[in-house]
Amino acid sequence: MATTAPSAKDAYTAAQAAQDASAKHDTLSFKIWRGENGKGDYVEYKQDVVEGMVVLDAVHEIQATQANDLAVRWNCKAGKCGSCSAEINGSPKLMCMTRLADLDASKPVTIEPMRAFPHVRDLVTDVSWNFRVKKQIQPFKPRKPDAPDGTWRMDQKDIDRVQEFRKCIECFLCQDVCHVLRDHGKHESFIGPRFLVHAAALEMHPLDTADRIPELKQAHGIGYCNITKCCTTVCPEHITITDNAIIPLKERVVDEYYDPIGKLVKIFSRRKASEQ
Amino acid sequence: MTAEYQTVEHDVLVIGAGGAGLRAAIEAAASGVSVGLVCKSLLGKAHTVMAEGGMAAAMGNVDDRDNWRVHFADTMRGGQYLNNWRMAELHAKEAPERVKELEAWGALFDRTPDGRILQRNFGGHRYPRLAHVGDRTGLELIRTLQDHGVHQGLDVHMECTVLTLLKDGARVCGAFGYDRERGRFRLFKAKSVVLATGGVGRAFKITSNSWEYTGDGHALAYDAGADLMDMEFVQFHPTGMIWPPSVRGILVTEGVRGEGGVLKNRDGQRFMFDHIPDNYKSQTADNPEEGWRYTQGDKNARRPPELLTRDHVARMIVREVKDGRGSPHGGVFLDIAWIKEKLPNAEEHIKRKLPSMYHQFMQLAGIDITKEPMEIGPTTHYIMGGIRVDGDTQMSSVPGLFACGECAAGLHGANRLGGNSLSDLIVFGKRAGEYAAKFARENGGVAVDPKQVEAAAAEAIAPFERADSAEGPYQVQESLQGTMQDNVGIVRAQSEMERALAEVQKLKQRAERVGVRGNREYNPGWHTALDLKNLLIVSEAIARSALERKESRGGHFRDDYPDKDPAYGAFNFVVHKGDGGSMQLSRQPIPPMPDHLKAVIEEMK
Repeated sequence: MATTAPSAKDAYTAAQAAQDASAKHDTLSFKIWRGENGKGDYVEYKQDVVEGMVVLDAVHEIQATQANDLAVRWNCKAGKCGSCSAEINGSPKLMCMTRLADLDASKPVTIEPMRAFPHVRDLVTDVSWNFRVKKQIQPFKPRKPDAPDGTWRMDQKDIDRVQEFRKCIECFLCQDVCHVLRDHGKHESFIGPRFLVHAAALEMHPLDTADRIPELKQAHGIGYCNITKCCTTVCPEHITITDNAIIPLKERVVDEYYDPIGKLVKIFSRRKASEQ
Repeated sequence: MTAEYQTVEHDVLVIGAGGAGLRAAIEAAASGVSVGLVCKSLLGKAHTVMAEGGMAAAMGNVDDRDNWRVHFADTMRGGQYLNNWRMAELHAKEAPERVKELEAWGALFDRTPDGRILQRNFGGHRYPRLAHVGDRTGLELIRTLQDHGVHQGLDVHMECTVLTLLKDGARVCGAFGYDRERGRFRLFKAKSVVLATGGVGRAFKITSNSWEYTGDGHALAYDAGADLMDMEFVQFHPTGMIWPPSVRGILVTEGVRGEGGVLKNRDGQRFMFDHIPDNYKSQTADNPEEGWRYTQGDKNARRPPELLTRDHVARMIVREVKDGRGSPHGGVFLDIAWIKEKLPNAEEHIKRKLPSMYHQFMQLAGIDITKEPMEIGPTTHYIMGGIRVDGDTQMSSVPGLFACGECAAGLHGANRLGGNSLSDLIVFGKRAGEYAAKFARENGGVAVDPKQVEAAAAEAIAPFERADSAEGPYQVQESLQGTMQDNVGIVRAQSEMERALAEVQKLKQRAERVGVRGNREYNPGWHTALDLKNLLIVSEAIARSALERKESRGGHFRDDYPDKDPAYGAFNFVVHKGDGGSMQLSRQPIPPMPDHLKAVIEEMK
C-alpha cells in the first residue's frame, strides 16, 4: 500500500520511553510459596514495581532478576487462557488479572499454588485430573441439520445462556475453591463446578440430543454440590455457575428421577427431537 | 554420556495444539492412522484462545454478494500479490465448509435474525465475512476442536517442548524434546510430522503474543533443511494497549472498529480520513456518516478508513505520535463510547458485542470503554512469513515434514487480513493432517539415529553445566527483544537492520554462554535458555530478508525505500541453512497465476 513515510520513529520510541519514565515506582514485598511435591515454604522477595502492574508482572520480574527457576504456569497474560491460577492473599485468582494496586499494600503479597490439586513445583500444580474428567462427559451429539446445505437455524436468545457457559477459560479456580474437592477430596466421585458448567452447556445446547442426566446423578455426583456459590464468586469470567448451570441441572435430575409423569413427557419429546 | 529418554511412536506427530495443530490431528486421526499431539502448554491454552474478532469465510449470510471470488481477491490485495495464489484460492473456497463443520462439532456462533451464523465487518474484507462469538472467537474455536478432538483417539502430550526434528536420510522421522513438569526427555518416532507451532512475537519487546511464541516450528524446520519464506513480513497490529506500562502490547480487537469505534488524535481529529491509499479509495468512505452506516450494515455504504489494512493503520498511528498529535501515553485514542450519540442502548450494546474488551480495560487500566476512549498503539502481532509449503498438501521441502497455521508461509503474502488467520488454521490444518496421514500410510517405517538424539540431549543440558555463568537467559532474551523492536520494527532502515544483524551475531555467542540454576523440574529459566536458539534463528531470518527487500510493501515498511517497487513483486525471499551452517538468502520467483484467477482479480478491481 502506498503510504507516505512516517519517518523519524525515534520520536515514537521517545514518546514510549517518556511514558515509561512517568510511571510511578514502589517497592513491595512478596511471599511466594516455593518447594516441590507439596513440601516447601514461603520465600520473601522485595521487588521494585511499576504503576499498573498485575501480580504476574511482579512474579516475572522476580523470576528474571532474583529466581530464574521460580516455577509459574502462564500463557497469554490477558485473562484469556486461564493458565496462571493461584491463591493470592488466600483468594483464588488469575495472577494476570489481579492488579497490585487492588491489594493491601501494608503487608506482603502472599502467592500460593492452588490447593485442590497435587503440587508440582512452586506455583505449579498438576491439573491433569480435570482433563481426565472432561473426557468422561458424553460429547456433543447434534440433531440432523435443519437445512439441505447441512446447517442449522438457532435464535440468538436460545443460545445466550450456553454462550455464557462457553466463556469458560478452564482456569479451574472454581474447582480449587469448591469445598467438595478442596476440603473433602471427592475427586473420584464429583466432577466439580467446571464440568457441571460444561455438562450444562451441552445439555442446554439447542442442537444436542444426548442425555447426560443419569451420569450427572450417578458417576458425576451432582448431589454433592450444596450450592454455597463459592465457585460463582471466584469465576474470572463472571459465569453465574451455580444459578444458571448447576441449579437447572439439579432440577433436571429431580425431574428425571423423582417425577415419573414429567419423565415420560421428556422421553417422548426427546425422541421427537432426534427424529427431526 | 547416554541420555535417558522415553520413546513414543505414532504414525503422525503433530507439534503444536492450537487451532491448526488440533485440526490437523483430528483430520489425521479420522483417516485411521495413530496420532500424537504435542502441546507446549496445557491442552486448550494455545495462542489461538487470544484471537478475538472472528474467522473469515465467504458464506454470504449477511451480504449475499459475498462469495469465494471476492474473498480470494481481498486476500490477494491485502497481501500485495505476494501470496501463494493457490493457497489463497483454496482458503477462500474451503473456509465456509470448515466453519460449518465447527458448528456440527458444537461451536455456537452469534446468529443472524433468521438464525444463521452472523458475520461481521473487518479490515480489508469487502463484505461482512467474519463468523464470530462476541470478541472471544478464538476460545470458541479451540474449545470446540479440543472437546471434539479428545474423543478421536489422539495421544496428547501436554506441556512438552520439542528441541529438534530427527531425520532418516532426507526424510523426517520424528522429534526429540522434554516434558516441562519433570524435565524428562521424550523421543517421538513418527512417519510424518506436522508443525503447527504458531509465531515469533517474543522476538520483539512489545507484542500481543504469549511466551510460547518463540518461533519453534520455524527454527525446527530451518534446522531440518526446510525453507523459510517471506520472513520480512511481520504484522504490527495497530491497536494494542499502551497504558499502564505492564499491559503494553495486549491486543485490542479490530472488532472495536468493526462495531463503529473510531481513531482520534490528541486534537480529537479522525486522522485516518487524511490518508486513504489510492488502491482502496473506491472502497473507502469519505465522510464519518457513511463510515458509521457501513459498520451498521448499510450495504450501500463504504467502509470507514479505520478498517483499512493493519499495516497502513499502524503506520498512520505512528505518524500521529511522531508529529506530536499523540495521546498522553504515546499512542492515539480509540473511541467506541461515542456511539451513544447513535444508539439508544449503546452501553449494553458495547458490553454485549465486546465483552472481553470491556472487561480487559476495566480490570487492567481502570477505563470504562462505554464511557471514555481507550489509548492504543501498535503491537507485534503476527508473522506472515514461515515455512515454505506446497499449497495443496502443506508439505515443506523436507519429505514428511508438513506445516500449517502461522508457522507456514504463503496464504497472507505481505500482509494478513484480520480474520484470515482463524480460517487459515482450519482450512490448512485439515489439509496438513490429511496429507501427513497419507504420507505416513504410503511410506514405510523410519529408523532413528541415536547419535542425533545424543547430540540434542547434550545440547539441552549444557546450560546446567554453566550454572555459575555470569549471565542468565532472561538478560539475553531482553536484549534481543530490544534489538528487534528498535531496529527491525514498524519503520525500518538499512543501517538499523545492519546493526540488528550484527547484534544478533553477538547475542548468539552470549546465548551459548548462558547458565541456568536449579534442576530440570518445571524450570522456566532452563526453558527460556532453550528457546533462545529459536528466537535467534527467526530474528536473523527477519532481519536478513528485510534488509534485502529494498522497497515498502505490506507489513514491511522502509524509511529509505518508502515506495513499492514492482520488481519486488515477482518473487519471495527465502532463507535456508547453508552447508557451513550459515543462513543463505535467495529469491524464489512467484509462479504465474492461472487465467481463471487473474480474471477474478481483474473483475474485483
